[in-house]
Amino acid sequence: MSTAVENIPSQFEVLDQTLDSQMTLSMGPQHPSTHGVLRLDLRLDGELVVKAIPDIGYLHTGMEKLFEYKKYQQGIVITDRMDYLNPLGNNLVYVMAAEKLLQLEIPERAQVIRVLMCELQRIASHMVWLGTHCLDIGAMSVFFYCFRQREKILNLIESASGGRMTPSYFRIGGLMMDLPAGFERRCRQFLEDFPEAMNTFETLVTGNTIWQSRTMGIGLISAEEAIDWGLTGPCLRGSGVDLDLRRDNPYTGYETYDFEVPVETDGDVWARFKVRMRECYESYKIVRQALDRLKPGPTKADAPKVVLPDRDDMRKHMDSLIHHFLIVAEGFNVPEGEVYHAIEASKGELGVYMKSNGGPKPERVHFRGPSFVNLSALPVMSEGEMVADVVAIIGSLDIVLGEIDR
Amino acid sequence: MADTAVLLEFVEKLKAENADWVANFKETFGEVTVFVPRESIVDVAWVLKTKHGFDMLADLCGADRGPEEDPRFEVNYHLFSTKHHNRLRLKVLLSEDAPNLGTVTTVWKTADWHERETFDLFGVIFDGHPDLRRILLPSDFDGHALRKDYPLRGYEPYSLS
Repeated sequence: MSTAVENIPSQFEVLDQTLDSQMTLSMGPQHPSTHGVLRLDLRLDGELVVKAIPDIGYLHTGMEKLFEYKKYQQGIVITDRMDYLNPLGNNLVYVMAAEKLLQLEIPERAQVIRVLMCELQRIASHMVWLGTHCLDIGAMSVFFYCFRQREKILNLIESASGGRMTPSYFRIGGLMMDLPAGFERRCRQFLEDFPEAMNTFETLVTGNTIWQSRTMGIGLISAEEAIDWGLTGPCLRGSGVDLDLRRDNPYTGYETYDFEVPVETDGDVWARFKVRMRECYESYKIVRQALDRLKPGPTKADAPKVVLPDRDDMRKHMDSLIHHFLIVAEGFNVPEGEVYHAIEASKGELGVYMKSNGGPKPERVHFRGPSFVNLSALPVMSEGEMVADVVAIIGSLDIVLGEIDR
Repeated sequence: MADTAVLLEFVEKLKAENADWVANFKETFGEVTVFVPRESIVDVAWVLKTKHGFDMLADLCGADRGPEEDPRFEVNYHLFSTKHHNRLRLKVLLSEDAPNLGTVTTVWKTADWHERETFDLFGVIFDGHPDLRRILLPSDFDGHALRKDYPLRGYEPYSLS
């Protein structure tokens, strides 16, 4: 009789056992704060995250396979769909890798326009990041202000390329076409209004005590760990590593522009937030310098066998027509070899490994997406944090699943 | 563009360390590629990281030369240094019969997902990897999609049911 009573656990013991037991929660892939179709397997102890396992691949479309079946110039269109918040950066890295294989010289004006458009795109990408990051944490109104600014940039990009989200503006050997009339005026108009918009964001977000308490000390990663996990871009600079490929491995003439590389040492969500906010100002500075440098000149390299001729030339010159036909029908042969080219995209190091076998189609194209690598470090940052903080950490990584899954 | 003379110095240093580590090297388009035998890739990676400052693995990717080639597979390691900002490519060639090599997750943690991706798409096996599962494709997927003999549209329509 007495033994039976002893075997029954007391009410408090039962409670203790439930508290001790861990729960597995599948977060996503339809969760709005996972920025697309990311699924997280969370092992929870109460509200604490014991283990976080990211599960990706829901958006895999086999782009790297598709590249092998498309001509070099057709591949540009695929790159737009990877990081769809920063398509011009994807265009740039792809065409620069092909240009490296072809050893093309790009005219000055095309280089300046590339820098100009990429920095505008970086601001647009950071606007989406800020808006969605705030939305995730619960500050809804910032989203609308951010998207208003982003819309202005997308209108500029649309006026130049014809596409809002999928511009395909950079081509192998230069640009699709020159900037339209009035672009400079509209761009300057945007720049005039932009600092005021940034002031709005600073007032709405940066000085907000709720925002600070939700981000400070959350999602810590040290500098050594950040390098070991291959973090790049604002995530790395938020951990105190002073690295920016625009300055350290310069391309398209970035070494001639005057800008600073923002670095924060805290390594938390707040630090990554501050780095991106300061980057917007730096991009703003670069855009202004690029606008001042715009001088009339050619926007395509002098390589008739690679670069499509102007329509006007085609009507007047027989050889231009032949070149046009050959490029479109057969493509152009790219010398055999392999290159790895990396640029500083809005999210970090965007690299492309391109291997050519001498024909008009690449043998292998591999994209090193910054989101892919940054996301792989999510478990390090989120283990030991609360579930609600995981949302903040994902927001601070600024991931795009189109690029992760490819 | 990085100066290749600096990169070639690293190759010389590697050779001085152990002559077997560098099977061959080439210099193309301002980049230096070091061909490493598959037995020594982990040692080479460790030495380059600890002694020569290549503290970041920027990228790791596979490539298929085609089913008729031997060695058929390539695994490319794109090393980067956050200190001296140089890039170096290591390349391991693998035959189809034994497509396995040691994992470098012990050297750089970031290799984890890259190696899983290479396993998923090429079927290259990284011995000693802590969690070698498919990453982009579903776990019940048949074949390795980026191999040259894998058809663009797959063997048969893939169904989720």
